[in-house]
Amino acid sequence: MIVAKRKPLGEIADMIAPYKKITVIGCRSCVAICLAGGEKEVKMLVSALKVKNKKEGRKQQFEALVVERQCEKEWIQEVEDKILDSDLVLSMACSLGAQTIGDNYPHKLAFPALNTGIFGVPEEQGVWSEKCVGCGNCIIHTTGGICPIARCAKSMLNGPCGGSSDGHCEVNLEIDCAWYAIHERLKLQNRLELIEQVSAPKDWSTSHSGGRRTYVREDAKLTQHQKKGKGAVR
Amino acid sequence: MTPRRPKIVGFCCERHGLDSPVAAAKSGITYDASVRIIDVPCTGRVDGLHILKALEDGADAVFVLGCLEKNCYYDTGSIEGRKRVEHVRSMLEEAGIEKERVEMFNTSSTMTWRFPEIVSKMCDVVNRLGPLGKEGDEQ
Repeated sequence: MIVAKRKPLGEIADMIAPYKKITVIGCRSCVAICLAGGEKEVKMLVSALKVKNKKEGRKQQFEALVVERQCEKEWIQEVEDKILDSDLVLSMACSLGAQTIGDNYPHKLAFPALNTGIFGVPEEQGVWSEKCVGCGNCIIHTTGGICPIARCAKSMLNGPCGGSSDGHCEVNLEIDCAWYAIHERLKLQNRLELIEQVSAPKDWSTSHSGGRRTYVREDAKLTQHQKKGKGAVR
Repeated sequence: MTPRRPKIVGFCCERHGLDSPVAAAKSGITYDASVRIIDVPCTGRVDGLHILKALEDGADAVFVLGCLEKNCYYDTGSIEGRKRVEHVRSMLEEAGIEKERVEMFNTSSTMTWRFPEIVSKMCDVVNRLGPLGKEGDEQ
């Protein structure tokens, strides 16, 4: 899932200071699971901002809302009247949510309350770690199910490097060496011969280095005729 | 004009946290503050939002009073309560609000002096920091 973290409250307060009527919108998807932008986090942010305003004698009006998935326009259309009625939308979703609001209501301001971080998994309660960078060309079937692009500090394809020590990374001894982990996993799977195969340089054109990416499923797209029928053209 | 009395909200667990104020009340102790006690089944039930709402709605300071950490009726409830309090304190600090306005305390049923001591400490904090916003400024 996408893991995000709330911006410092002082930064958020400075960002929204010039605006009077603010709608704070959370998201019930990834950011709710990582405890950054779900219903409770939205209410707590609004409450903390109100306490700050009370102390500083500033008047602002807040509305707290949560939508199912803020990255889909169909869900944000459900709160369209609130968006249109506010001076500013403060998005507590990942950057996709704030951008979806901005793209659909370009004359309205949609500011981010979260810093979008990583594609991560929960390791234990309250701990998430990065395991994918979305490079667009997955190879984990050859690396024991462990991604060296995300989990090796150097994103090496033929590791480990000389900095691997007792299964840890030279960048930070608290980080496991991805290639040590790959070796151990392949050994467990009786596929250790794979580690001796030399990988060719990676084609990074499928990653963000190739510019903005768009994924299309032709069979799922609506034809012009269907769009007219559904009234889906905005 | 009578000086304004600090407004303090205390979330007290009904196992050990409530015995202390009850004992203090029975012995006729009064406080130089307006103290609103909210009894909760366990301090592990206190949410950060409850604390922030109390501050938002007029409290100058909030405390959470639970069992001693190794003697919690629900084993880890007061540890959970402390974590929530620390989270709110860090949020307040980020927002430029004095984190001393929110505190976690622990007590046992036999520590009858504890509640007056806590109220006195929170009163000192509010008297030093001043009220949180102007009267009637609740949003």
